[in-house]
Amino acid sequence: MRDFAALVRNGEVHRDVYTSSAVFDHEMTHLFAATWVFVGHASQIPNIGDFTTTTLGVAPVIMVRHTDKTIHVLHNRCPHKGTRVANDPCGNTGRFFRCPYHAWSFRTDGSVAAIPLPTGYAETQFKQSEAAGGMRPVGAVHSYRDFVFARLNSAGIGFDDYFGASLSSIDNMVDRSPEGRLEIAGGVLRYMHQCNWKMLVENLTDTCHPMVAHESSAGTAIAMAKALPGKHPAVEIYAPFMSPYAFYENMGIRVWPNGHGHTGVHGSIHSDYSAVPGYFDQMVAAYGEDRARAILDENRHNTVYFPNMTMKGPIQSLRIFKPIAADRTLVESWTFRLVGAPDQLLERTILYSRLINAPTSPVGHDDQEMYERAQDSLQSDSNPWVNMQRLLGADETEETAEANGTSERQMRNQFHAWQRFMTVAP
Amino acid sequence: MTDADIIGFIRHEARLIDEQRFDEWLDLFTDDGRYWMPLDPDQTDWKLQQSLYNEDVFLLRLRCERLKSAKTYSQKPKSRCHHLLQTPEITRDGANFSTWTAFHYLETRLDEQTLYAGWSRHSLVEIDRKPRIQLKRIDLVNQDSAFAGIQLFM
Repeated sequence: MRDFAALVRNGEVHRDVYTSSAVFDHEMTHLFAATWVFVGHASQIPNIGDFTTTTLGVAPVIMVRHTDKTIHVLHNRCPHKGTRVANDPCGNTGRFFRCPYHAWSFRTDGSVAAIPLPTGYAETQFKQSEAAGGMRPVGAVHSYRDFVFARLNSAGIGFDDYFGASLSSIDNMVDRSPEGRLEIAGGVLRYMHQCNWKMLVENLTDTCHPMVAHESSAGTAIAMAKALPGKHPAVEIYAPFMSPYAFYENMGIRVWPNGHGHTGVHGSIHSDYSAVPGYFDQMVAAYGEDRARAILDENRHNTVYFPNMTMKGPIQSLRIFKPIAADRTLVESWTFRLVGAPDQLLERTILYSRLINAPTSPVGHDDQEMYERAQDSLQSDSNPWVNMQRLLGADETEETAEANGTSERQMRNQFHAWQRFMTVAP
Repeated sequence: MTDADIIGFIRHEARLIDEQRFDEWLDLFTDDGRYWMPLDPDQTDWKLQQSLYNEDVFLLRLRCERLKSAKTYSQKPKSRCHHLLQTPEITRDGANFSTWTAFHYLETRLDEQTLYAGWSRHSLVEIDRKPRIQLKRIDLVNQDSAFAGIQLFM
């Protein structure tokens, strides 16, 4: 077998991590099986029988609210012939899933409820078969403040060990609700990229590109705003993208073990948005003034939940980068309502997501152009290495650390974790 | 304003986009005009529900100015587009009128060519004896698909 760990060396990664289908296949069977991957949000399935369908790596799964109200994550495959049982993005299945091919039915914990003509199996060893186990649950499921993660492997690193202090970014996003609760809202933007999923994740903590790649959108917005009589809400979102390098250096980066990390330790491009009337008073009433200020002064930029989910607490949005092939990635942009907070916050969340993280976003277009040009040109054999050396320290480990905000430390942190989880036995 | 005038206006609007005469196209909108592409065919809310486009004239102009910039990397080389319209159906309500136009729209760049199909609904008002666009609503037949990037205008 190929030595996957050798694809990463000090400050450089081999281009095959982006272009090779063999590497991609191994990521799906090892990395995405051994890590805790984001599945969905509990507010998507409030009632018994509610479900959503998604993928963990490339494995199709169902997240469902079971009859006892607990959340289960099942492989979306009939144990009989392999047919995908639930085909809609979301819905309510009642107390049972029923396969449309031969009407095998399953409880919402995956166990077999009924098989037509059961006498046909009476004289067989069916009870010892794989099929008798029903729709298999994934290896492990954990919901943290309504964010549901799953691990495909039945044994492996525990949830708390895997995420550790990185859960503080989820905490901050949830705490921004005066009721301490989020609801998915507004709809999901989906868009397709002809590039490797890791390029997108790496871009989230790449602070040396906004003022370059996004000058045509953010720079134009700033120039046009000078002629405006008042303020336009889009300008306050676009303008910070043109901040100078020093601004991003001072934002800082924090890395955590297992590939997680975030930009914006000391404020970020999200720090100076206009106050929404009434919101701060609601927060003070809920938390007291000191705590309310502490929550709202934490303006993290992008948090990476390794391997493929990223979130923006101050914006209440997250993105999932779903791997489809070595050169194909589906992006989903999700938005959340801070339960109990004014509607204007959700309005800003939705505006931000459309302006920056949509298939129709000019910012998104220029990012996509960079990834796809890289995906194509990495075919060149002239230099098989991609550079991630910026502000590389002498002896970087995966321990929690803070760095200059223009460091590529978080990209290296992801690849440290990538090396380890690519070589974990399934 | 005759039916022929209105049909001619809708055709002219598509032609301005196809010929990338964006400044002239922007002049067809009222000051409070909007270009809207919802995510849901039944959508009525553009503030608290997400849309693919929800552009006031400032945001539309920003897109058009960006397309002129030397640093618009996703437009190196540029995209081109093509509209094929069905004859609009016209509904009149006093001085206001609206049109419903089935269309095919094609956007192309380098060796990629993508076909979109849908319906555009124009809410028009007459100003100085000419129609102006108050709202152009576009509903794609596959508005919930994962698109690879729509860069021009339908």
